[in-house]
Amino acid sequence: MLGAAFSAPGQGATPMKVGLFVTCLVDLFRPSVGFAAVKLLEEAGCELEVPRAQTCCGQPAYNSGDKADAKAIARQVIEAFAAYDFVVAPSGSCAGMIKLHYPPLLADEPEWAERAHDLARRTYELISFLVDVCGMDGVDARHEGKVTYHDSCSGLRELGVKAQPRKLLASVAGLELCELPGAEVCCGFGGTFCIKYPEISTRMVADKVKDIQATGAGTLLAGDLGCLLNMAGRLEREGAALKVRHVAELLAGMTELPAIGEPRR
Amino acid sequence: MQPTSNAFKENAHLALNDATLQRAISKLGFQAARAAAIARLPEFDKLREQARAIKDHVLANLDLYLERYEAEAQKRGTEVHWCRTPQEARDAVLAICRRLGAKTVTKGKTMIGEEIAINDYLEENGIVPVETDLGEYIIQLRHEPPSHIIAPAIHLTKDQVSDTFLTSHRQYGKTRRLEEAAEMLAEAREILRAKFIAADVGITGANFLIAETGSSVIVTNEGNGDLTQTLPKAHIVLATPEKLVPTLEDATTILRLLARSATGQEMSVYTTFSTGPRRTADRDGPGEYHVVILDNGRTALIGSEFQDILRCIKCGACINHCPVYNAIGGHAYGWVYPGPMGSVLTPAIIGIEAAGHLPNASTFCGRCESVCPMKIPLPKMLRHWREKEFEKGLTPQRFRLGLKLWAWLARRPRLYRLATRLGMGMLGLAGRSKGRFRTLPLARGWTEGRDLPSPEGPTFHSLWAAQQGRGRP
Amino acid sequence: MSAARDQILAGVRRALGKSGSDGARKALVDARIEAHARNLVPKRAELDRAGQLKLFLEMAEKAAATVARVEHLADVPGAVADFLAAQNLPARLRLAPDPVLTRLPWSERALLKIETGTAQGSDTASLTPAFAAIAETGTLMLVSGPETPTTLNFLPDNHLVLLSEGQLVGPYEDAWDRLRAACRGEAWPRTVNFITGPSRSADIEQQLQMGAHGPRRLHIILVAEGSDGEAQG
Repeated sequence: MLGAAFSAPGQGATPMKVGLFVTCLVDLFRPSVGFAAVKLLEEAGCELEVPRAQTCCGQPAYNSGDKADAKAIARQVIEAFAAYDFVVAPSGSCAGMIKLHYPPLLADEPEWAERAHDLARRTYELISFLVDVCGMDGVDARHEGKVTYHDSCSGLRELGVKAQPRKLLASVAGLELCELPGAEVCCGFGGTFCIKYPEISTRMVADKVKDIQATGAGTLLAGDLGCLLNMAGRLEREGAALKVRHVAELLAGMTELPAIGEPRR
Repeated sequence: MQPTSNAFKENAHLALNDATLQRAISKLGFQAARAAAIARLPEFDKLREQARAIKDHVLANLDLYLERYEAEAQKRGTEVHWCRTPQEARDAVLAICRRLGAKTVTKGKTMIGEEIAINDYLEENGIVPVETDLGEYIIQLRHEPPSHIIAPAIHLTKDQVSDTFLTSHRQYGKTRRLEEAAEMLAEAREILRAKFIAADVGITGANFLIAETGSSVIVTNEGNGDLTQTLPKAHIVLATPEKLVPTLEDATTILRLLARSATGQEMSVYTTFSTGPRRTADRDGPGEYHVVILDNGRTALIGSEFQDILRCIKCGACINHCPVYNAIGGHAYGWVYPGPMGSVLTPAIIGIEAAGHLPNASTFCGRCESVCPMKIPLPKMLRHWREKEFEKGLTPQRFRLGLKLWAWLARRPRLYRLATRLGMGMLGLAGRSKGRFRTLPLARGWTEGRDLPSPEGPTFHSLWAAQQGRGRP
Repeated sequence: MSAARDQILAGVRRALGKSGSDGARKALVDARIEAHARNLVPKRAELDRAGQLKLFLEMAEKAAATVARVEHLADVPGAVADFLAAQNLPARLRLAPDPVLTRLPWSERALLKIETGTAQGSDTASLTPAFAAIAETGTLMLVSGPETPTTLNFLPDNHLVLLSEGQLVGPYEDAWDRLRAACRGEAWPRTVNFITGPSRSADIEQQLQMGAHGPRRLHIILVAEGSDGEAQG
């Protein structure tokens, strides 16, 4: 396994204490992603905990203009994750919310402003944490077949997650990565957007699915479950044969599980 | 033009189902062109930083720059008209035209002109406005508003232009239906040439106003702006205060970003700096030069959370890269400015009540901000508009209720756990055999266009707790 | 002054929380304008003379301008005649009434009908002198004046421009400095045109077409000899 291959900066032999930010979509729709994250983080030598007082990062409220609720949820998250060296989320949008938006959100509350900055500093999206902080340069997984990867907007533009998943995917034995044309184009999920403007959202995901199918890949990966549910839903509707997974599942070697949208025994 | 932004959803629906429109907007090559142009200029990002700094500095001293601009412009024979509202601007323009006995007025492309609906006003007062930018000319014939701030006729196919020319050019003795774009251009050129020469007054916009020399700047690829502003007796410039830049060098810096961001050209074909009317010894040029500085809500944004939109140089890059715009085109936005910048600026000018959909019809993908030459934080300002709507109670009731319920639960983790365990448990059970839902009550918007993958059933937290209970390390 | 003006300025000052009579702030603004400092100049434009020439030719041609190179000013009438013949155009030319142009040996081309003045609707070709050219983007800088009417740059179908190698600069900033020097003590021109290639439009289904309203063709006659940096117009 890879545990021996890295050294966490400034940590020496002491394992990093990581709090897993599960995210509401992973918690509700696909816990497997959470377990894949646990596996990868533990393999990277992290001491993992899942604080119980977490529910949501507050994006739905924040992006709907409801600052009061967003702040309340943010304070809750700050409290719940106060004790960890790092906070890791298997989602670019949730990590982005905490890292980039909590500080300005709480800027006008003196006792919380600094705590928000502090949490922001310690918070990472999963794959970029594994590569950039843990120094992971490969995984021990194997996957025969063509795979394509969608760059979720928040992870890409807010957190610079681009090279890291590709680096780890390149180490998966048997895997052939076909770059998705328009990988950086929004899939149309956008949280509340797909509910408020479903027709436009459907059109965007239909365009995305066209591009996905054109790659000839058998598996679609991404780092955000919202995007994945959206794309998987459209692929299913169009009767496409692709399997859709969170990239963490494949990297953790958990591909025997039913893919997103597949029947369960 | 009368805003129809409140009918955004209906108009987006029409647009999505309009095969002709979809065909027209599927051909856009702006993204690739911009990318290629930037690849050839390694300093592009540094220039963006400098451009942002220039505009921020001007905004922080806008009063002084406006005064200096006016003084320099007047020194060189410019008449400056300060207008608070569209009506004051319309009146200023009409007064000039009346005094000169103008019968026809040629126009270069000006979004301010659209904003104040100057064409309608001139027509109501017996003066004929003639759009000369080819795209604007075409939509003027069709009585349509522009659908893009750089390429106003981008929503039209060649066939549609063909049809329009056939009907509208009959009066000039043209009876043949043209098939080739080159032929259509040639015919428009011929017809407009006469109008350029006959025009009494020419109206253009301004990409910049320069304090150092009291100059205005326009950029075109057609040369129509130059013919508009050189041939008639008077040249009227329509501008807004935030167009100010301090010096020629500052204008140059921003010009290095403008064409590249808009169309991928290194520089527009014609970049023209105008200063005052013709000089005494000049043999051509307008005898009068007027600059209308229209406020219409711009200065009210200074010091507000929307101030950064005043850095906008109307390049259209955000529009070109927006996945929502690329799906529905420009008309659905319902007013002069579409896409991301339009969704920030429109509510600022016509009020959020009249444009409520615009800031909401975004996934916050952030592509707009990433391509904006002036580094304007567009998603942030769209979010601010949503905050304003929430404060004013403009958010649709059902949505607001759902949000409140979610937030209420999310703030009570133990209750949340219970509710989600039950809810996801049931949903997971219902969905396990097929793995997805074709339809689901309360989720019609989603399921109309895609399946909803079934949840696994147990929540992560319940599984984790069970594992912990079993003494997992 | 007008009420509108007062209200707009007052509104700005209120929003900024600043006073209009703040001497220090005014001095800062004035100083910035007076200094007209350069911002970042792209490296592309920082070339030696040979490099500038090469870049200018490359960029101008990319923008669909054509360039004919001649050694001496005396060769210009021949270059004009050649261009008109090659394009099958009538042997007529509207000349800008600039002495540099009018003094050229046109009599050597007796068949070429030369008229000077502003552009007339029926003109098929014009010849105007450039003030400068910018290698950075292959752009010509033309300046209005009693001897350089602006309509000559736009009305005729074919626009020929006389440019000497000495008028070439690397970046725009150098061109502005030349104009400032030329205008010292005199009026700034009504129009400064930066022209990069012939007129075009892609407004019909994104198909790029040449010859929208301005000239269909832009032909640059680049002379090695002559008005070295000497301002024209």
